Amino acid sequence: MIENIRLSFQGIWSHRMRSFLTMLGIIIGIAAIIAIVSTIQGTNKQIEQNLIGSGDNNVEIQLYQGDYPLEFSYEPVPAGIPVITPEALEEIREQEHVKGASLYRMRQDYDGVYYLQSSLSGGCVRGVDDSYFSTCGLMIKNGRGFSSDDYARSKKVCILDENSKKVLFEGENPLGKTIEIRQEPFVVIGVAAEKEAFEPVIHSIDEYYTYAENTSGNVYIPDSAWPIVYQYDEPQSLVLKAENTSDMTSLGKSSSDILNQYLMTEDDSVRYKSEDLMEQAKQIQQLGQSTNMMLIWIAGISLLVGGIGVMNIMLVSVTERTGEIGLKKAIGARKSSILGQFLTEAVVLTSLGGLIGVIVGIILSQIISRANGIPAEISVPAAVLSVVFSMAIGIIFGILPSYKAANLDPIEALRRE
Amino acid sequence: MILDLRNIYKDYQQDKLVVPVLKDVSLQIEEGEYVAVMGPSGSGKTTLMNIIGCLDRPTSGKYELDGQDILELNDKALSAVRLNSVGFVFQNFQLLPRQSALDNVCLPLIYAGVKKKERRQRAMAALEHVGLADRAEFKPAQLSGGQKQRVAIARAIVNNPRILLADEPTGALDSRSGNQIMELFHQLNSEGVTIMMITHDARIGEEAERMLHIADGVITEEGEAGRK
Ligand SMILES: Nc1ncnc2c1ncn2[C@@H]1O[C@H](COP(=O)(O)OP(=O)(O)OP(=O)(O)O)[C@@H](O)[C@H]1O
Ligand SMILES: [Mg+2]
Repeated sequence: MIENIRLSFQGIWSHRMRSFLTMLGIIIGIAAIIAIVSTIQGTNKQIEQNLIGSGDNNVEIQLYQGDYPLEFSYEPVPAGIPVITPEALEEIREQEHVKGASLYRMRQDYDGVYYLQSSLSGGCVRGVDDSYFSTCGLMIKNGRGFSSDDYARSKKVCILDENSKKVLFEGENPLGKTIEIRQEPFVVIGVAAEKEAFEPVIHSIDEYYTYAENTSGNVYIPDSAWPIVYQYDEPQSLVLKAENTSDMTSLGKSSSDILNQYLMTEDDSVRYKSEDLMEQAKQIQQLGQSTNMMLIWIAGISLLVGGIGVMNIMLVSVTERTGEIGLKKAIGARKSSILGQFLTEAVVLTSLGGLIGVIVGIILSQIISRANGIPAEISVPAAVLSVVFSMAIGIIFGILPSYKAANLDPIEALRRE
Repeated sequence: MILDLRNIYKDYQQDKLVVPVLKDVSLQIEEGEYVAVMGPSGSGKTTLMNIIGCLDRPTSGKYELDGQDILELNDKALSAVRLNSVGFVFQNFQLLPRQSALDNVCLPLIYAGVKKKERRQRAMAALEHVGLADRAEFKPAQLSGGQKQRVAIARAIVNNPRILLADEPTGALDSRSGNQIMELFHQLNSEGVTIMMITHDARIGEEAERMLHIADGVITEEGEAGRK
């Protein structure tokens, strides 16, 4: 066996040009598949990241009325919505795969936040509890975070994020400055930033809105200071951090269920719900999938043609080496030995083609990714599968020539020389 | 008795015509004999050798090699007989061009399942036997005709066969190289190897201790043909 493999390499090497041309079909087919799969995976991962954020695994649970989040800016709070109790929060935190859960209130304010003449139009004010920053993966970059004293005395202090800092201060140092929220003065004590910076690529309007909502700037204040500018006992939202991206959907559902048990509203359509970003991501991903499946079929045809090429060259090789086959039989080689030898040669040839194809495919996907700005994600299973598949091609298309070689009449074979 | 052929007939079918090539050939060869088979071209010498070497089957007759009824055996068993009991030497050497002399000699041992280290040792010993130990790593293209034939003989004897079959071993060689091959055959024969050699050349045939003539598929024994 090892001897056969060694001989196969020797044979392939002594016919370098011919072997390479034979492998070309396989190389192109496999390279195309690897490049397509890598690009698909990269695109999918990017869609997930755009929608979900870079690995924070944050799930937001808000009150909805029907299909839309409840807005409190202009409408009174519906009756029967209690404040989320520490017990309910504890119950949510104790679920498996939950790494953290925090409460917050949020208002998108178009005309409420000012520093001198600059307005944070479209930005968000968030009243957050003391664990919010760690749950959301935010870090204090400059200044300090909220102290227990800030919470206890409902101090009018705030923390900006990078975007609101840029919009309001335009490069000025914000620390210690006073901004206005609904005419109330708040002192900036810190600037926060996401731990993992990430730059999404935007393909559609939908993606833009999702992105803009999170990036047009946030101003954080202690939740105890919320009633100073907004309403007292306003319903809260919940953000939780899941261990894995795959847990996000189920955790969003189960946590909403826990919160909904406490609701006593008359309107049944008012419910806590999580935005199922994973689900959205999957839908977008599936759109691209059918086109890609077609490309993979085309690559498959190239493999078929490559396989036929291998069969053709193997048949030529059998004819060329009639003398060798006859001699081997004369000195005692069994049919199965001859079959094994030629089959090994076909499999080595196609596997080598597959291997080169994988390498070319990886290079190709890197080039595509550079050109389009879509990250490519090399899939190890796809690479392994490709090589295994090209081995299978070697067996399938090698069997006929090998069988022919094994059944050659040694007398005819020796006579021909 | 190593070899016992009785009433062997071999016909070839050509279109609708039946061409008889061997007609009622009977032949016995004892262990340690050195037999030459002579006859004109087309008389059936190679056909006879192919039957003895288990490459071909006669149309009818009986053939025992080492007491084993060869005509009963299936394909796989015949391969084993060729591997273990028969050594072939061809007129045109039939060496694998891309492999070294040593690797060529190793070939039968691979099929016999001998481990690599032992394989190399035994192949090396066989090459020494034919006086080519110093050419072990040479490719066939780098060897002279006589040297190639000696490598082929080393390959034929590496498995210690019961009988060495040679089809015109000197046919492609000049007389000096031919004589060397003949000397080698004598030496092997004196060491106990049974040899059956086909030749055109009467002078070479006379080297053997026993001479057979074949003409038109009929075999006749030459009375006395001692060594020179
Ligand atoms: N496959 C075959 N089909 C038909 N006829 C064949 C076949 N093989 C051999 N023959 C015939 O059998 C006869 C004997 O052939 P063989 O090769 O045994 O002769 P030979 O004595 O070895 O001759 P040479 O000395 O030229 O090698 C020839 O007439 C040849 O034409
Ligand atoms: Mg002949």
